This record gives sequence, C-alpha cells and structure tokens, in this order.
Amino acid sequence: MRTLILLAVLCGGLVSAGCSNIEPWVKPYERANLASEVMKLDRNPVSGSYMNHVHESREGARGASGSSGGGCGCN
Amino acid sequence: MARQRFSRLIAVALAALVLLPAAHAQVLPDDRFDLLYHSYEGDQITITGPSLLARKKIGQKVSVSANYYVDEISSASIDVRSYASPYTEKRNEFSLSADYLVGETILTAGYTNSDEQDFEAQTAFFGVAQEVFGGLTTVNLSYARGWDEIGQVTDPEFFREADRRLYRLGLSQVITKNLLLTFDFEGITDEGFLNNSYRQVRFLDANDARGYRFQPELYPETRTSSAFSLGGRYFIGAGPSAIYANARTYSDTWGIAAWNAELGYTYSLRSKWLFDLSARHYSQTAADFYSDLYPFENAQNFLGRDKEISTFTNTGIKLDITYDFSVDIFRFLDRGTVNLSYNYIMFEYDDFRNIPAGGDPGEEPLFEFNADVIQVYLSFWF
Amino acid sequence: MKLHTLNVARSVLATLLLVVAGSGQTSSEAPTFSLPDASGNEVSLDDFAGDVVLLNFWASWCGPCRAEMPLLDQLSDRYGDLGFTMLGINVEEDSALADRFLKGTPVDFPILYDRANSVSQLYDVVAMPTTVILDRQGEVRFVHHGYEPGYENDYQDQIRALIRE
Repeated sequence: MRTLILLAVLCGGLVSAGCSNIEPWVKPYERANLASEVMKLDRNPVSGSYMNHVHESREGARGASGSSGGGCGCN
Repeated sequence: MARQRFSRLIAVALAALVLLPAAHAQVLPDDRFDLLYHSYEGDQITITGPSLLARKKIGQKVSVSANYYVDEISSASIDVRSYASPYTEKRNEFSLSADYLVGETILTAGYTNSDEQDFEAQTAFFGVAQEVFGGLTTVNLSYARGWDEIGQVTDPEFFREADRRLYRLGLSQVITKNLLLTFDFEGITDEGFLNNSYRQVRFLDANDARGYRFQPELYPETRTSSAFSLGGRYFIGAGPSAIYANARTYSDTWGIAAWNAELGYTYSLRSKWLFDLSARHYSQTAADFYSDLYPFENAQNFLGRDKEISTFTNTGIKLDITYDFSVDIFRFLDRGTVNLSYNYIMFEYDDFRNIPAGGDPGEEPLFEFNADVIQVYLSFWF
Repeated sequence: MKLHTLNVARSVLATLLLVVAGSGQTSSEAPTFSLPDASGNEVSLDDFAGDVVLLNFWASWCGPCRAEMPLLDQLSDRYGDLGFTMLGINVEEDSALADRFLKGTPVDFPILYDRANSVSQLYDVVAMPTTVILDRQGEVRFVHHGYEPGYENDYQDQIRALIRE
C-alpha cells in the first residue's frame, strides 16, 4: 500500500515540478525502430486477450498483464 | 477500505494526467477484422471456439469495436473425475467498446457480457489514455465494474451474486530509440459469492470406506488483490527482431502470493514472416484457507480445495508464426495476415493431490498435467 | 501526505498553462539548407527563392505521413505553376523503405533525403509529420504538427493566401 501512496505522490510531484520543460530525448524522426512491427506491445489483441483468459482461468493471480502505448510518435 | 485507497490513487493520477503537458494528438486504433479459432486441451478438458473482432472508425474522432467469443467446453477434469460427472457447457461472450479522441486524449468505454448455463457476468469499464512528455510516455488509467450472477444447474432456486471493481494504471515509456519499458498496476476487489457452486473440499473421516468425505467449499465474501508488472522490449537490427521480457508479482487478502516471468524473441523475415518464441513461468503459494484434505468436517470458517488457489507452478513455451499475405486482390484491404500459435504448458501442483490415481487419503500422488493451446487466426486491416 | 498532493494538484490546476495545439502561426526567417534528391543532386532551399514553399517532413513508417502523401501531391499539381513549390523531406536513416513506399505511391514533387536529420533538427521537428509553409520572402508562416484528415484544407487555404500576397 505504501507503494500506491508513492505513486500518487510521484504524479503530484511531477506536476508541481512543472515538468513541461522536458524535451523528448528521442526525437519523433528517430522513432523508426519503435514503430516496427516487432516492437508492437499488443500486436494481436484478439490472441492476447485469449491467452490472458487461458492464464487467468487456471491461475490464482489476476491483473497487470498488459499495457498499451509507446508507438510511432506520429501526430 | 482498499476500494477507497484504489479510488484515491486513480483520482490523483487522473488529476496529474490532466495537468501533465500532453504531446501532439494520439492516433485511434486501426480499422480491422480478426477471425480466430482457439483450442485448449489439458486435464481431460477440451475447450474450443471462435473469437471474432471487428473495429471501425466512425468519422475522425471515434472508433468502435465489437467482439464475439465462444467457449465450447467438454470437461472430465480432475475435480469431475474425483467426485462429479463429465459435462459439456457453452459460454458466450459479447463485448462492445468505443474510443473517443478528444484533444490529446483517448477516452474508452466498454461493456462485456459473458453468459453460460449457470453463470452470467457483466462488466463495464471506462479508461483514459494519454501521451505525455513529447509522446515518449503513454499513461493509461481505467476503472471497471463487474456484476456476476451465479446459479446451479441442479437447483433452480439457487441464486447468488458477486461484485467486482478493477482499478488499473499503466505506463509505457520510450527509453531509447530501441528500448521501450512498461509498468502496470492493477487492484481488484471482489465481494459476494466468490466460490464455485459445485466444487467440494474433503476431510478425513475414518467411518467412510475411502477414509474421507466431501463437503461444499466455502470462501470468504471479499477478496482484494494487487498486481504489479514491469516489462521491456528491445529492438535488435537483425531481421528486424526484438527481445522482450516481463515480470509480475501478485498478492491478495486470501493469502495467495504469486509471481510470473516471461522471456521472448520476435523475429521478422523479409517483412512477410514473423516468428515469436516465448517462455513463461508462473509460481504461486496457496490461499490461507486452502487444504487438499481437512482433518475433520467444518474444520475452518473457510474451506477451499480448488487447485487454482493451491501451491503450484506452471511453465509454458509458445511459438507464433505469422504470414503477411498480399491483398492486392481485395482493393479495400490494406493488409492481411494468417497466424498460427502453439503453446505447451506444464502444470505441477505441490499441495493438490490426484485422487483418481489412488492411494491412502493424503498420500495420493501430487497432481500434474500438460495442456496444448492452439490458435489459428486471420487478421485484416482496411 | 496524499491530501497535500491533492491540494498541490488543485492549486496548479488554477494556474494551468495549456499546451500549444495543432498549428501555430509564426514569422521568422526559414533556415537555409541543402539536401540530396533521389538522383543524388544537391538541392538547396535557396533554389526556390521567391516561391511559396511547403516543407513536409515525413517517414514511411509513420501512418499519418503515408495517408497525407497523395493529398500533398494534389496540392502540388494544383498550385505548382502558380509560384508554389512542395518539397517532401524524408527523415529516414535508411532510404530503402521510403523508396519502396514511393514506388507504390508515386508523387510529382521532389523528395529530399535528410538522412542525418540535420534539417529536422534545424526546423525543430517535434511531431511526425511536420509541415512548414514559407512565404515568398523565405519567412516561416505556418507550422503544422502531425496530420489529421482535414489538415489538407488548411494547407490549401494558407498556400492560396501566401500566393496572393
């Protein structure tokens, strides 16, 4: 639970620090590799959600098994 | 109380999200259609069925998706072989979701309904996704609410309910032009009738010929869990290809503690073929109230003998093969792939015994089984 | 501790600075540059002095960039003879994928190759694609970050206005 509080403070702390000045250290035109098919986090959503179901219905653990984002930086 | 903590965390994260400088506009997901056939075989259970997904943009700001999923179940599992009779079952699941692009943010809302003979589950969710810090960071926040209605085939009067709340925070971060990291937190609270309406536990009874008797399981009425995961994806020039890994830890108020780790390699060959090889290991310790064999009837307030909450490990190895086929024949299609996936998983239980294998009560061999999971699917982008 | 964080968040919200959106209007001299074209010849921005110039920074791996290309080609055809020049600046280190895309989606306007990303840095490309429109005096007048369907109408309006000046 302390970790959750830390996360909340981090979010708030970033805001007060006025992090609008952080320049992206990977420029949009340098994101060719990140846009590659092999770098996609959720390449096949239907398959991914099925595998998640296969695991969750046989295991006690649930949650935190996928995320999305980090794409090509287009737009 | 955990519910309040989770909500507060999400509220602060949401406020911070609004205030953090957003990058230039996000992109809605691509239009697509997927047709999948899935098959699971293990522990004398066979589950097969289709999964169809369709996603389409409406105008420039909205994307909607619908998914239809079926499980055709034929089960003679270890529990069935221990004290019940084989059965067949069909589960239908239908989901609908919509993404709305407003400014730099994508708002998503969705609804899922899962229906089988003695169980109906409904889930509604709402999520926010935003790119920040020049598009190098993506933050996802979501909240979901679930309602379950549990019945019993043998007793038409049987009716129980359970409620669920899910809180999720996800982050993905570009570290270098070749490295991506992800972080996920998910907190879940359940309340209500959380056990299975058929499953039994067993207790020692010298008066019985077998040396033991069965009684229905009885779970706590609440369960709160939290899971944290970290993942990474690293681009390697050859192919191109990428190596990926992720790890998760889990714990809940039932006393279950688990961790799992996955390591994989994705290789693209001449932009036509894609191979993905991965290995996953999962390890869990049992719930506090779990026991394979209780010393006597009603030995505890809570009783459970579900192997899913026992102490066990599983190790899986998975191979996916994707072929990108030319779609010049169909003018309206941008891209199409045909995919094959095979996953072999080995389960080994440390405190759940194989009753049908025979032996003195509590001395039966520890249970283990292997499963084959096969997927065949077509994906079209248009 | 959490309550304090919420209060900080609330007070910052009160003095919120909104992020610059979409296209911004500016006026400053466009830095000159020279880049190779498809044949390897060095092409300089100065070669087009006196024309209204649209610079489009793009990459073959960028979906919105690919979607925008045919529309840019239309604009180039429409206003090319009226003192307007369109230049596509490809930012990829390896031009092979860009050339493959152009084979499937050919355009009439010149494509220049900024393989070292020197010009991208010069023009502060912060999104993909980035479209910069210069007037006849070589001043930067309009900058568009990203591409969303409908932007091409803005480009058209801005090109016409600058041609008439």
